[in-house]
Amino acid sequence: MKFQIPSLIMAILERDLRLALRHGADTLGAVLFFILAGALFPLALGPSPELLRRMAPGIVWVCALLAALLPLDRLFGAELEDGSLDQLLMTGLPASLIALAKMMAHWLTTGLPLLLAAGPLAIMLGMPSGSMVVLLTGLFLGTLILSLIGGMAASVVLGARRGGVLLPLLVLPLTTPALIFGAAALDAAQTGLSWGPDLELLGAFLAAAIPLCPLAAGAGLRAAVE
Amino acid sequence: MENISVFRGERLVLDRVGFTLDAGDALLLTGPNGAGKSTLLRVLAGLRKPEGGHVLWSGVDALADRSQHAGRVAYLGHQDALKLGLTLRENLTLAARASGGNPDLCMKSLNISGLADLPARMLSAGQKRRAALARVLLAQAPLWLLDEPSLGLDINTMGLLGTLFAAHRQAGGIVIATTHVPLPLPNARTLALPGLNESDIPQPMEDFPEDDLL
Repeated sequence: MKFQIPSLIMAILERDLRLALRHGADTLGAVLFFILAGALFPLALGPSPELLRRMAPGIVWVCALLAALLPLDRLFGAELEDGSLDQLLMTGLPASLIALAKMMAHWLTTGLPLLLAAGPLAIMLGMPSGSMVVLLTGLFLGTLILSLIGGMAASVVLGARRGGVLLPLLVLPLTTPALIFGAAALDAAQTGLSWGPDLELLGAFLAAAIPLCPLAAGAGLRAAVE
Repeated sequence: MENISVFRGERLVLDRVGFTLDAGDALLLTGPNGAGKSTLLRVLAGLRKPEGGHVLWSGVDALADRSQHAGRVAYLGHQDALKLGLTLRENLTLAARASGGNPDLCMKSLNISGLADLPARMLSAGQKRRAALARVLLAQAPLWLLDEPSLGLDINTMGLLGTLFAAHRQAGGIVIATTHVPLPLPNARTLALPGLNESDIPQPMEDFPEDDLL
C-alpha cells in the first residue's frame, strides 16, 4: 500500500491538470484578473512613473493574493458536489495527502501562471529590472504559501453555506505575513538594503505551512464528507 | 474468513443496527426514504464515523485504520462521481492506479468499451451509472457497498449486473446494496430499516385527497 502513495498523488495531479486544460477559461480567469487588476492602478492613481514604481511591489503582491483566491472555492467544492471526494477518500490515500495533492494542483494551475504573468505586470508598472529576481523569488514562495493556506481554508469552509464568502475572510488575514515579508523584500531591494532576511522569513513561513496546512485540510475533508 | 458485524447507535437515523455477513453473502438494505440506508453504507465504507458501535472486519475494528479499510471496499454512491470534462478512461485512471486493476477489462464487462474515449458529459444517465459500476469492479475489493446500483440501468445491464454479482460472490466477495427495486441477487438477505416512528413524521396533509394532486 505504502509504495503507491507517490503514484496516487501523481494521478490526482495529472487528473487536475487535465481538467484545468479542458476548462481553459477557468484557469486563465485568475491570470486575466491579475493582469486587469494590476492595470487598473495606473488608471486610478495617475500615470506618474515615480509613484507607480514605488507602489509596484505592493500592487503585484496584493493582486496576486486576490487572484489566487478566485479558484479556491471550486478546489474542493467541485469534488464534494459530484461525489468525487468520496471516491478520492476511497482510494486509501490519507486525507491530508489528498489535500496536499490538490494544493499542489492549485499551485500548478494558479500560482505558476501568476508567477509567469507577474514579470510583465511589474515591467508595465515600471519596476526596475534589478528587483525582478527578488520579486519572482518572493512570489514563488508566496504563491506556494497561498496555495497551502488557501487549500486549508477551502477545506475548512467546505460544506458550509456561503462558503465562498467566508473563504477570503479566512485566507486574507492568514496570508498577511507573506504579503508583508514579500513586499518588504522588494522595498528593501529598491532602496538598496539587504533583502535576504525578508525572503528567509517567507521561506520559514512556507516551511511551517507545508506540514501543518495539509494536516488541517485533511481533517476538514473528513469532516465535510460526514 | 470475512465477518462483518455492525452495531451502531445513533439517536436520529440508525438505532443499534447490527448484522454479520460471511464471504459470498449479499445483503439488501431496504426501508422508506430517510431510513438511513445511505448513511449506513457510508459508515461501512469508513466515510462516516458512527456515533456509537463498531464495524468489525474478521473480528478487528475496521475503522481504526480507514486507509487500510478503503482498500477492502468499493463504494458506489448516489452520484456517479465522474468528471464531465474527462473521458471515461481518464475518469477511471485514478481508481485503476489505486487498485492496480485494468480499466479496459472493467469497461468491457459493463459493455461500455465503445464509450471509453468519449467525454463523460456526452454520456446518458444510465451510461454514467455503468461507468461508476465499472469503477466498483476496478477496485478489486472484497466488499461492495452499492447505493441504489440499478439507478437508470436498462434490462440488459441489469442482467449483466446479475452475472457480475454472481462472479463476485463466487470469489468470496460480499455485496451490500440499498435498493427500492428487486436486484439480481439470489439468496440475498434483507435488512429492513424501520425509518422514523409514525408519530415522528409530520403529516400536515393527512386528509388531503390524493386524486386532487393529479
